[in-house]
Amino acid sequence: MMGDKLSNPAMEKKILSKVIEQAERVANHLGHRPVLMEVCGTHTVALSRSGLRDRLRAVIELRSGPGCPVCVTAVEDLDRMIALSQLPKVMIVTFGDMVRVPGSMSSLEKERARGAEVRVIYSPLEAIELAKAYPDREIILIGVGFETTAPLIGICIKDAYQYHLTNFSILSLHKRVQPALQNLLEDLEFSVDGLILPGHVCAIEGCQAYNFIAKDYEIPAVVTGFESLDMMGSIFILLEMLEKRAPQVINGYTRVVKEEGNIKAQRMIKTCFNKGGAIWRGLGFISDSGLSIKEKYSDYDAGRKFSVKMSQTQIPKGCCCGDLMKGKMMPQQCPLLGTHCTPTNPVGPCMVSSEGPCGAYYLYEHYNRK
Amino acid sequence: MKQQNDDVILLAHGDGGALTSELIDNLFQKYFTSDFIRSQTDAAIFKANSKRLALTTDSFVVNPLFFPGGDIGKLAVCGTVNDLAVSGAHPVYLAASFIIEEGFERTMLEKVVSSMAASCNEAGVEIVAGDTKVVERDHLDKLFITTTGVGWVSPEIDMGYHRILPGDLIVVNGNLGEHGIAVMGQRHGFDFDNQIISDCAPLNIIIKNLLQQCSGGVKLMRDLTRGGFATATKEIAMSSGRDVWLKEDHMPIAPVVQGAARMLGLDPLYLANEGKFLMIVDPKEADTILEILHHDSLGVNAQIVGEVKIGNGNVYLETMLGGTKFLDLMTGSPLPRIC
Repeated sequence: MMGDKLSNPAMEKKILSKVIEQAERVANHLGHRPVLMEVCGTHTVALSRSGLRDRLRAVIELRSGPGCPVCVTAVEDLDRMIALSQLPKVMIVTFGDMVRVPGSMSSLEKERARGAEVRVIYSPLEAIELAKAYPDREIILIGVGFETTAPLIGICIKDAYQYHLTNFSILSLHKRVQPALQNLLEDLEFSVDGLILPGHVCAIEGCQAYNFIAKDYEIPAVVTGFESLDMMGSIFILLEMLEKRAPQVINGYTRVVKEEGNIKAQRMIKTCFNKGGAIWRGLGFISDSGLSIKEKYSDYDAGRKFSVKMSQTQIPKGCCCGDLMKGKMMPQQCPLLGTHCTPTNPVGPCMVSSEGPCGAYYLYEHYNRK
Repeated sequence: MKQQNDDVILLAHGDGGALTSELIDNLFQKYFTSDFIRSQTDAAIFKANSKRLALTTDSFVVNPLFFPGGDIGKLAVCGTVNDLAVSGAHPVYLAASFIIEEGFERTMLEKVVSSMAASCNEAGVEIVAGDTKVVERDHLDKLFITTTGVGWVSPEIDMGYHRILPGDLIVVNGNLGEHGIAVMGQRHGFDFDNQIISDCAPLNIIIKNLLQQCSGGVKLMRDLTRGGFATATKEIAMSSGRDVWLKEDHMPIAPVVQGAARMLGLDPLYLANEGKFLMIVDPKEADTILEILHHDSLGVNAQIVGEVKIGNGNVYLETMLGGTKFLDLMTGSPLPRIC
């Protein structure tokens, strides 16, 4: 099936040694280990799972960025989901990761154990089926994700509209990667030598949407796939650009990503959503970085349909997820990692999410466990 | 919003991972103080009239009840038979308790029960006691089954953490992760071109042959159900106080399972199996053991996947790229009610 042709251990090892050689050259050039940011959470996990981060550690510093949708969900939004789950006859429908993320006082997992109805799904379309199957309940789909998830949620909105569903709505917390990246690049404290761009998001948005990184900020960036070969290839290209001091945005995932992106998916997003401001965990409020449901479909906007009372939000004491999402620190620098924050007892989303850097570090990395 | 209160049981307390261990350690063992419980093995082995007997029990709550390659009935028989078999016992008798939801279709129940009979036949065990309860509609999801099994243990069998030494090898009897993906695919309506079916099977015959021909070489066995291969290996490492080093490129995983797991963001090493077991074996006997396994249809893909080393309970996986990563107990399984 999928993936097979792209796994060739012998070739991978050869390419890896080339990458290491090149990184050493660039390190001499720069006077420090090149710092590369993997923007996407899927890359964070793939780099840990494949052992690539471990093998490159001596010559490249790989930092995680704001590309794990669960990790960048603001605490107030988590509290809102939990408050919605308390309403009578409501069924919260969500992707699995969201269930365990702690809000100010609780999590969906804990509320489910206390009686709230929370269902985990793999495809948003399952939510539509649930709405049809349970006409006496209000099905609230938690819409968390980037430009990759939004088109699917768009299909749900259109389906709900077509079937005149009255018991279905979406809490749209969708976010756009490009404004968040721009926000990071504007931050004076941000010091990264190159960006590993998210292959899936770029497949929707198109490679050209990211040209500003090289043009405006003179930082090289490569759109990257998720196999070890993809990631090593992209890192090699980044290193070459660093050596030549010729920053560009290059598409290293041409078998999936087109220059102009996926026009159909872009159209679906435009039809169903408006761009608007959104709060990101760690990064704060960023204009135009969120996707809210259009007026035409406001019947399906849980934010408008239900008003819930929320108490003061509290970010768990000592939680560094925000700084992690900005690439300002590495998981192993967080004093809570492995002591107060573990997969069984997570403090922040970066430990819970299957794309979160802390979870990946705790599970796979060779750091000195406390 | 209600007051923060962690004193409720979460779904994750039943996933066979870190929270299940925590619940057993801190709640059950507070009151159930038997040494058998403390040893946390798949079955208790005790003496009765100078014969060694093994006893185990397991409940089955899988959703959906029918999935590619099996059903809750087959699972209920194989699960208990396998717990006995990996403890070195010959399973003989089972008891089965049924808790049924009011309104459950009789034909469905018959399908499950006849499947249990077929699995008993295959494993050479008999169901000799049972119980039936029915609860009101919506008080239970269709059907839950509990099976309890007894078997006898030959005098020469000596397996346990105490026998594990540095240099011992880790062997598995075949491809990992099939049950987890099959159930999940059925539950969420994913079509994997009918290529992924549950590996659910009774393991007592293959294990009996193995122990008859090479009992001294097998130092410990574990079946690889909830929490999968990784969790079982981590538990062995922790209980024996040794490190385990595994090689990713030796792990038997079918490409179709690998692909499906990747698509769903799951790690095959943490997915449940219902017809797989791992063995810690004496390196001198490893070739003989592999040969015996390869002759059985349930062991054709058997492989040596790693080695025991001096250490303190860590499990390392050497990736194809030569990097190493930790494997830990499973936490926060995305797959409740997998068996």
